[in-house]
Amino acid sequence: MARPLDAEALPAQAPATVATPGTSTARRWWRRFARNRGAVFGLAVFLAVVVMALCADLLAPYDPLIQGVGPANQPPTWAHWAGTDSFGRDMLSRIIYGARIALVVGIVAVLLAMLAGVSLGLVAGYYGGKVDALIMRVMDGLFAFPIIILAIAMMAVMGFGVKNVIIAVAVGFVAPFARVTRADVLAVKEEPYIEAARLAGVSGPAIIARHVLPNVLAPIIVQAALRVSGAIITESGLSFLGLGPPPPTPVWGSMIAEGRNFIVMAPHVSTIPGIALMVTIVGLNLLGDGLRDTLDPRLRR
Amino acid sequence: MALLEVEDLVKHFPLREGLLTRVLPGRRRVVRAVDGVSFTIDPGETLGLVGESGCGKTTTGRLVLRAIEPTSGRIVFDGEDITARPPGQLLPFRRKVQIVFQDPYTSLNPRMTVGRTVGEPIRVHRLATDRQVPDRVSALLDMVGLQPEHAGRYPHELSGGQRQRVGIARALAVGPRLIVGDEAVSALDVSVRAQILNLFVDLRERLGLAYLFVSHDLGVIRFVSHRVAVMYLGTLVEVTSTAALFKQPLHPYTQALLAAIPTIGDGRTSIFDQARLLEGELPSPIDLPRGCRFASRCPHRFARCDEAEPRLQAVAPGHVVACHLYEGGSA
Amino acid sequence: MMRMTDPVLAVRDLVVEFTTEDGPLRAVDNVSFAVGRGEIVGLVGESGAGKTLTAEAILGLIRRPPGRVSGEVRFRGQNLLALEEPALARIRGKDIAMIFQNPGASLNPVFRVGDQLVEAMALHLGEGRGALRRRAEEILTRVGIPSAATRARDYPHQFSGGMAQRVMIGMGVACTPGLLVADEPTTALDVTIQAQVLSLIRRLARELGMAVLLVSHDLGIVSQMCHRVIVMYAGRVVEEASIATVFRAPAHPYTKALIACLPGLDEGGRLGAIPGVMPGLAALPRGCRFHPRCSMAEPRCAVEEPALRPAGADQIAACHLIP
Repeated sequence: MARPLDAEALPAQAPATVATPGTSTARRWWRRFARNRGAVFGLAVFLAVVVMALCADLLAPYDPLIQGVGPANQPPTWAHWAGTDSFGRDMLSRIIYGARIALVVGIVAVLLAMLAGVSLGLVAGYYGGKVDALIMRVMDGLFAFPIIILAIAMMAVMGFGVKNVIIAVAVGFVAPFARVTRADVLAVKEEPYIEAARLAGVSGPAIIARHVLPNVLAPIIVQAALRVSGAIITESGLSFLGLGPPPPTPVWGSMIAEGRNFIVMAPHVSTIPGIALMVTIVGLNLLGDGLRDTLDPRLRR
Repeated sequence: MALLEVEDLVKHFPLREGLLTRVLPGRRRVVRAVDGVSFTIDPGETLGLVGESGCGKTTTGRLVLRAIEPTSGRIVFDGEDITARPPGQLLPFRRKVQIVFQDPYTSLNPRMTVGRTVGEPIRVHRLATDRQVPDRVSALLDMVGLQPEHAGRYPHELSGGQRQRVGIARALAVGPRLIVGDEAVSALDVSVRAQILNLFVDLRERLGLAYLFVSHDLGVIRFVSHRVAVMYLGTLVEVTSTAALFKQPLHPYTQALLAAIPTIGDGRTSIFDQARLLEGELPSPIDLPRGCRFASRCPHRFARCDEAEPRLQAVAPGHVVACHLYEGGSA
Repeated sequence: MMRMTDPVLAVRDLVVEFTTEDGPLRAVDNVSFAVGRGEIVGLVGESGAGKTLTAEAILGLIRRPPGRVSGEVRFRGQNLLALEEPALARIRGKDIAMIFQNPGASLNPVFRVGDQLVEAMALHLGEGRGALRRRAEEILTRVGIPSAATRARDYPHQFSGGMAQRVMIGMGVACTPGLLVADEPTTALDVTIQAQVLSLIRRLARELGMAVLLVSHDLGIVSQMCHRVIVMYAGRVVEEASIATVFRAPAHPYTKALIACLPGLDEGGRLGAIPGVMPGLAALPRGCRFHPRCSMAEPRCAVEEPALRPAGADQIAACHLIP
């Protein structure tokens, strides 16, 4: 084996003097993240909601759909920790099952939007020119619509149901992902390592996949975390308006709507789902902010 | 036969003008970044391309790589005219000419390990099977003074000098015959710079590489080049062997450039010698004067300098200068 | 530190510490030196040596959390480190001038250059606007900007790098300071412009009797400009000597090696490179900080950190090999 030409090079035994020895990157990120108490709270909320959604069958004391398990509109008691609604259904069970829909819609809608939006943003940003102009004008059009209006219009065409809610919300969020992605792609595109890849003969799509995408991922992930809460709010809004999954499916938005008529006599019917929604949203937002603060400074290398 | 032949290479960048200028008739203004540059590089030879900021040397390097398209001129590599070849057919050319960038911190993909970065060109050009690639990468890392273990590291775990070595390994991966060094050591600390320059020289001797070494640093150019081409505002003003340039610079700009280099030690000359200090600033590459581009700052300016642009002429064997002082072929 | 009578700037045991995720790190570790009237002193080192932080500490530009500065920085006898910000601000800009590497960052892009000059002076001199405007034009002429009256009405983006740096120098010397701290003032400039700007600094230093602290990684510039040089490595001073001595007979192995790295008058061969890399502050070696890269290291170099000791008539260095 040939001896190293430049004998002055540093041997591998000496630690790389740039990175601090001892800590792995993941642990440093966790420490950074954990310093932000809001973010930790957000993570706890998120995990709680996930647990609720996954283990709904185990956690819920009653079947959420059965009416008359208790007297109607009864405020919280030991038998029913969150009280009962106007149909005598157990509120706690409905809230736990409601977490499922909220999470599924939120996450799936955002994932779909991310898939479509990031792809469009990558193509628009990297190739530029007419392709970019075309894609972004379409995105601008989508942006112009308030999500609720867009969702209503789509549901009017497609009909109700969880699947359609997901699609409607996803469509509404494609544009923000495309924009954020494109902005970062424009910046990354100018970096010398992209030119190096081009000059090495790497094809356009390969450059996008191997070099551009991994380097724009961090802000996209932050966007995704922040958008999940937005998706959940949108879905709740649609359900509140009666456009969500049809009754008797337990959904926080429609639960709030159902309790409207009894707001004075039995405020808990609307308030408690409202609080569940609020805590979830705030938690997710804090989590998103925490992720951004953790990840973003790393980007500025 | 020359490895690289560049003839009358021109690159004009259009200025983004307002709507009115675009609509009204008249000549569009351009930035004449490279304005008729010709030179050759023989196999195994290092040509240093030196000049200050805005002179067009970086653009020239990019043109030779076909990283940007020339406005006009010819580029002949290894006997083949590659000036107008469509981008899709440039792959074989990309094996023969490579680049080493200036900034070690942005020239490597931060999300790719060293091994993947260096291995990518090998895979793209199918120079080895997937199974052979790691061995090739190890050999390349060894050649640039790194250890095989470095293949698993990410750029942020390496120092500036080490990153630059990775960049060099990547350039060598395809087995090129010419490497364009774009200020390849300018961003490094002095002691690291010396290491990398030694590496460049060692690699040249071992692999028979030719270099187009672009730099603003005459000291670096002197160390690494066989011949030197001095550029000013888009054109070459003097081209000759390194020895001749430093011993007997002919063009007034070259003389001023050399006089401005702060040298150390007892034999040094002062950079503050009033007679040699260039007054004034560079003219804009958009509105170039009619005659010699250097006239506005030249201490030897005379009438002819404002009338006509001087052409590169041989003044001694292997020594060309573009200056009216030497018109007629002798100093 | 070498003795000097009545220095303009006297730095003693300067320490700059930062609290980081890895604990407290000393970026500047007991640095001492002095600059006399009309003297140009070079502070030399590679990136990470701590020279810029030293300059910033002298100017009071280090943010106290997360940084901690201790020691003494005496300007005309007064300890700047003991002053609070308002008092410091009065001195900074008037009696102490500073110029940095990137003039574009120090000039406000939305104000005319002449106005910025006037503002800088108005803070410290009690004259009227009219008088200050005339002064501003005089200064621009003095720093070599042609058509000063017209140029005073231009915006910063209309100035080239070299011209902008001249403006910064003008702003710096507007109130006839006693000390000029210049941190890599010409690194971003072309070599021919660099010569002009350095010539200007030298001329002004002579005319105004200013003390100059020139921070640079470029030994060449230092060789041309400075009377004395201080070499820093990993946060400490490793050598201090007059210019003639340091290039003729450098005492510290790092200084010798650094000089050998420069592609200079000899052609070809190999450059005397220094193996390895300057250690990061979190991974400093035991004993002498330079010993892992030193070709002359002895066993005690890995154990005991050498103190600065006399190595010649006007020279001190921190190395065990010096008797």
